[in-house]
Amino acid sequence: MATGGSVATVALRQQYVPAAKRGPITRLLEDERRLAFCLMLPTMVLLALFIAYPFVNGILLAVTDTRVGVPGHFVGMDNFTKIWSDDIFHVAVWNTCLYTFVTTVFKLALGLWLALLLNRNFRGKAFMRAFILLPFIIPTVLSTFAWKWMFDPTFSVLNWLLFHVGIIRTRINWLGDPTMAMVSVIIVNVWRGVPFYAISLLAGLQTISPELHEAAAIDGARAWSRFRHVTWPLLLPVTLVIVLFSVIQTFADFQLVYVLTGGGPANATQLFATYAYQLGIGTGLLSQGAAISLAIFPILLLVVIVQLIYIRRTETL
Amino acid sequence: MARVAMRGLNKMYDDVHAVIDVNLDIRDQEFVVLVGPSGCGKTTTLRMVAGLESITGGQISIDEKVVNELPPMDRDIAMVFQNYALYPHMSVYDNMAFGLKMRKFEKAEIANRVKEAADILGIQDLLKRKPRQLSGGQRQRVALGRAIVRHPQVFLFDEPLSNLDAKLRVQMRVELKKLHERLGTTAIYVTHDQVEAMTLGDRVVVMRDGRVQQVGDPMDLYNQPANRFVAGFIGSPAMNFAAVRIAAENGSLWAESADLRIKVPAPIAPRLGRYAGMDATLGVRPEDLRIARDGDANDMSFDVAIEVVERLGSEILLDVAAGSTSMVASVEPTVTAKVHEKLRLAINPDRVHFFDNQTEAAI
Ligand SMILES: Nc1ncnc2c1ncn2[C@@H]1O[C@H](COP(=O)(O)OP(=O)(O)OP(=O)(O)O)[C@@H](O)[C@H]1O
Ligand SMILES: [Mg+2]
Repeated sequence: MATGGSVATVALRQQYVPAAKRGPITRLLEDERRLAFCLMLPTMVLLALFIAYPFVNGILLAVTDTRVGVPGHFVGMDNFTKIWSDDIFHVAVWNTCLYTFVTTVFKLALGLWLALLLNRNFRGKAFMRAFILLPFIIPTVLSTFAWKWMFDPTFSVLNWLLFHVGIIRTRINWLGDPTMAMVSVIIVNVWRGVPFYAISLLAGLQTISPELHEAAAIDGARAWSRFRHVTWPLLLPVTLVIVLFSVIQTFADFQLVYVLTGGGPANATQLFATYAYQLGIGTGLLSQGAAISLAIFPILLLVVIVQLIYIRRTETL
Repeated sequence: MARVAMRGLNKMYDDVHAVIDVNLDIRDQEFVVLVGPSGCGKTTTLRMVAGLESITGGQISIDEKVVNELPPMDRDIAMVFQNYALYPHMSVYDNMAFGLKMRKFEKAEIANRVKEAADILGIQDLLKRKPRQLSGGQRQRVALGRAIVRHPQVFLFDEPLSNLDAKLRVQMRVELKKLHERLGTTAIYVTHDQVEAMTLGDRVVVMRDGRVQQVGDPMDLYNQPANRFVAGFIGSPAMNFAAVRIAAENGSLWAESADLRIKVPAPIAPRLGRYAGMDATLGVRPEDLRIARDGDANDMSFDVAIEVVERLGSEILLDVAAGSTSMVASVEPTVTAKVHEKLRLAINPDRVHFFDNQTEAAI
């Protein structure tokens, strides 16, 4: 019996895959490791070209004293010690952290609120959901220019509005006052970032079965308890991933501040990215700019590691 | 424990009239089953009782108190969902304790009640697990546990067994029955499975297209179906129907067609009198057909050809054709009939049903 069976399978196999018909390439790719390598090759080339090469180049640049037009020499950690004692750099670090923290809190809170509203049933739901995305779809540079006009010292439509509603008596110097400049930049970032939060959180909310809310309602949980004990814990893994993405993006934010204030007034809105650009391209100190860019790396790495650990923990809950 | 009453209950979705004029009085401690084909409005009715769906018209009261405007939490009901709806991020213990915590019970009391429920359901060892670490049957028990720890006035079940495999379903059915006997809580149970309805229900409510067709204890529905729909829905395999014409001859009534000719039994003849010369539908359950013996009266039997033989072990189902009329007969397992054979079937005269062709009501 047993031999009979194996003879039959051998015969079958020969019938299905005639060995003679397979070409040399097919035979090479039969090996899974080789196949995997071939499949990953395009991605690896792209990553090497656009991520690894600039990254390595940045490191190489940061340990020289290259300036625009002046090929540099190796100077070790000089650039890093220089920026370490640079007051503006300190301001930029503080500003970036403040900017990231405040905008993230507001984007999360507003995004969650919007997502909860959009998750209800109402007329024109699909339209509203698409509409909400607008700030996210418009190119940042364009929308930021629009905001710049709205913040303009003389033509500010915001001032006009607040004045006529009776909230303010004197003009607000949106972008000229150091504190207000930071507030303005934060407002624009929140405006731009909320749609991403709202739509992503909405997607998360929709994976939560409505039956769970019904069960909780029958169990005696009021709206707030249902949110706290059912919605929030189930949304947490998604929320953490969204926050992770958003923090990384906000931390390296450039366009918005560059267009709106250029880092001013008097470095009041200077961030990592804008300062690196100002030193490296504006002043021509390429190597110092590179050093500043690299300085983000360990900070972001720390943030990412902490969040990833946290995400893993909530996912295995 | 409580009575539940529905008066002229209606539910309209935009253009669907899902529940139409439902009147129902559920007694204290009663186990009532709503049964009917898909889309007949069972779930909608149950959800209106739970307070999860607004009421378009009519009134629901629990223990004489109108609850139309009460939110679910204030109705003192517990519901078991088809997909269990266990909180995935909470342990079994927390799932069961959640309702009590929300109602601000003391810790010790919560622990007592959860333990009591876990003992009843045999899930003491699972209390620390998360729902996804449980099998379907275990999840079902936890969902039941979450309902019973609350000691509610009314249990609501929406097809709680339909996600279980056939064997487990039968087992859980028995356990549900025992549980009800033990707790005595009024229960409304929704299912589309008529066997479940018959075995579990003190009374069964058959629904179709939003309307109640018949309310009664299981054997009443089986023995005296109110209309053709109930007759066909209750009982498995389903009742056989044949189109016949009622004819009066020599002082007695006959039900006849091209395929068969049956004498209407004397006890029901008076009711059929006014149908003389008209069409009607004859109904016979498979178990009320048997293979005719020599002594059988000719006017209660007819010739058929066997088309399929289904051997179920405890019985044999014969799919037969009398001319163009198909029927199923349930016969003893000792019968040795074969496909294509011809034989004669006899009808149990006490168990013949007739239905009006227009109204479908039983005659
Ligand atoms: N939210 C809704 N919006 C519109 N129509 C609905 C809604 N819910 C149910 N219906 C309709 O109401 C009718 C009754 O539905 P219901 O869910 O009560 O049926 P059911 O008897 O429970 O069926 P099943 O056995 O398939 O669960 C159906 O025609 C259904 O399409
Ligand atoms: Mg249903």
